[in-house]
Amino acid sequence: MSKPLISVRGLTKKFGDFTAVDGIDFDVAKGESFGLLGPNGAGKSTTMRILAATSTRTSGTVEILDKDPEQFGPLVRAHLGVVPQQDNLDNELTVSENLYIYGRYFGLSKKFIKNKIEELLEFAQLEEKRDVKVEALSGGMKRRLTIARGLVSEPDILLLDEPTTGLDPQARHILWDRLFRLKEQGVTLVLTTHFMDEAEQLCDRLVVMDKGAIMAEGSPSGLIKQYSSKEVLEVRFGSDRNKEVAPQLSQMCERMETLPDRVLMYTEDGEALLEQITHAKLHPTTSLVRRSSLEDVFLRLTGRTLIE
Amino acid sequence: MNAGIDVPQIQRFGALYIASARLKSISKWRTIIAAVDIGNPFFYLIAVGIGIGVLVEQSSGTSGTSGIKYIAFIAPALLANTAITGIMDETIFPTIEGFKWRKLFFAQNATPITGRQIAIGVYIAAICRAIFSVSIYYLLLLAFDVVNFGVSALLIPIAILGGGALGALMLFAAAKIEKEDQFFNILGRLVIMPLFLFSGTFFPLSSMPIYLQPIGWISPLWHATELGREAAFDYGISNLMVAIHFTVLASLVVVGLVLSTRQFEKRLAK
Repeated sequence: MSKPLISVRGLTKKFGDFTAVDGIDFDVAKGESFGLLGPNGAGKSTTMRILAATSTRTSGTVEILDKDPEQFGPLVRAHLGVVPQQDNLDNELTVSENLYIYGRYFGLSKKFIKNKIEELLEFAQLEEKRDVKVEALSGGMKRRLTIARGLVSEPDILLLDEPTTGLDPQARHILWDRLFRLKEQGVTLVLTTHFMDEAEQLCDRLVVMDKGAIMAEGSPSGLIKQYSSKEVLEVRFGSDRNKEVAPQLSQMCERMETLPDRVLMYTEDGEALLEQITHAKLHPTTSLVRRSSLEDVFLRLTGRTLIE
Repeated sequence: MNAGIDVPQIQRFGALYIASARLKSISKWRTIIAAVDIGNPFFYLIAVGIGIGVLVEQSSGTSGTSGIKYIAFIAPALLANTAITGIMDETIFPTIEGFKWRKLFFAQNATPITGRQIAIGVYIAAICRAIFSVSIYYLLLLAFDVVNFGVSALLIPIAILGGGALGALMLFAAAKIEKEDQFFNILGRLVIMPLFLFSGTFFPLSSMPIYLQPIGWISPLWHATELGREAAFDYGISNLMVAIHFTVLASLVVVGLVLSTRQFEKRLAK
């Protein structure tokens, strides 16, 4: 493997007595799409701010393109595109003015930026909104513009913090499509998310984070294979009965999780297991057979769901 | 990385990129700014020049104002006050907006631009805006025959120095106070307004009781006003006092900017 673009060893960040990031290690290779998956408060955004060369660390080492971001902040940031969790666009300026001004912060020539704006407006599907003030855009449009803004300098690495949080399903899918295109073009993506479907869609490899620490690392399919079964049977007996029938159900599968509203049964064959339950005359009010997801991996690793 | 990115150049000119972006935002309000910058002094000069000024001169001539027409006596203070309010507006609100409301500073700091450059860029834009406002005021002073064109043009840089002194401190305050709530409203009403009234603006500071005079001594407005009067009308203050006024204002600019740039860096790196 060639030298990684990003190399993190023993990264720790403390705020007073609180440890936000607790000695994490990972590498990101060129062209890779790497994810930090975890619930709110897992330390993902803090890690991202350190990678973005805008926040200091308490201990550990971080190298981005062979440089310490704390020591060479401006130089490292020249290689990065950053899409923060909150769209921090200039609402008083138009779509194209936002792109232009941001390009100037990288010291790019006016001629280069003007050509780049055309390309980015097309990428973000905002050609018709070029002269519209940002405050008039929808949430999805603002998000696409923020991503386009992060690309104005043709970065080596694009950092995306919760790229689709707060967007409706349609806007999310449009955004995923745009990010897929970047992946195809070989842009290295590092993203945080607490959406397992997003992590599965976009990440080649990811780390599962909880309480500042890395719980597991691997590809989405590899993690599912390692920490979960092929299928999951979700059954509901009503919130009062779920706990009541749990001991009987646990005899029928390899592993089981009893959540307040449903019981998750891990198995290689969901339909066969459902039949077995019906034969035992347990009759769930609803049932669903689905393939295992990263949500199940997270549940296995932490005993909690991603969104609580 | 794009081959056109020149980090050393950004390190040299980053503050100007920020100032240019701020001026672009400010220019969106150009009609309102121009109306206020012309309308405000216009009405002030009519009210004070024709109204209060005539009353003052009828009752005591120009003896209390060192032989200077009343409107001319207060003109340097009006210019300095215009610079102060303009620079305060363009340092306090963009800073709160940049850190808190829209978090624009975090977007700027995600590029090779540093916190220090952002602070200086905001300050430069505020100074530019004040130069525009004060210059218009000065032209109206010429039009109203309050001052004669010539050495009185020094009133413009002196006013900017006064505004810049308080503005640099306000830039720091806006970056430092994270839960500002009503802080700046209260500051405006209970600190800035009294400074305006008790800084020798409408009457010489020496005509106030000695226990009130310290308000003027700590006020950038008083120092700028005294310097302005000396520059425009040969007001008769000593060279030592000129040096003191200038040193106080220049020191406040330096201290304010050093504190601001450090605070910007610190808050952005949290």
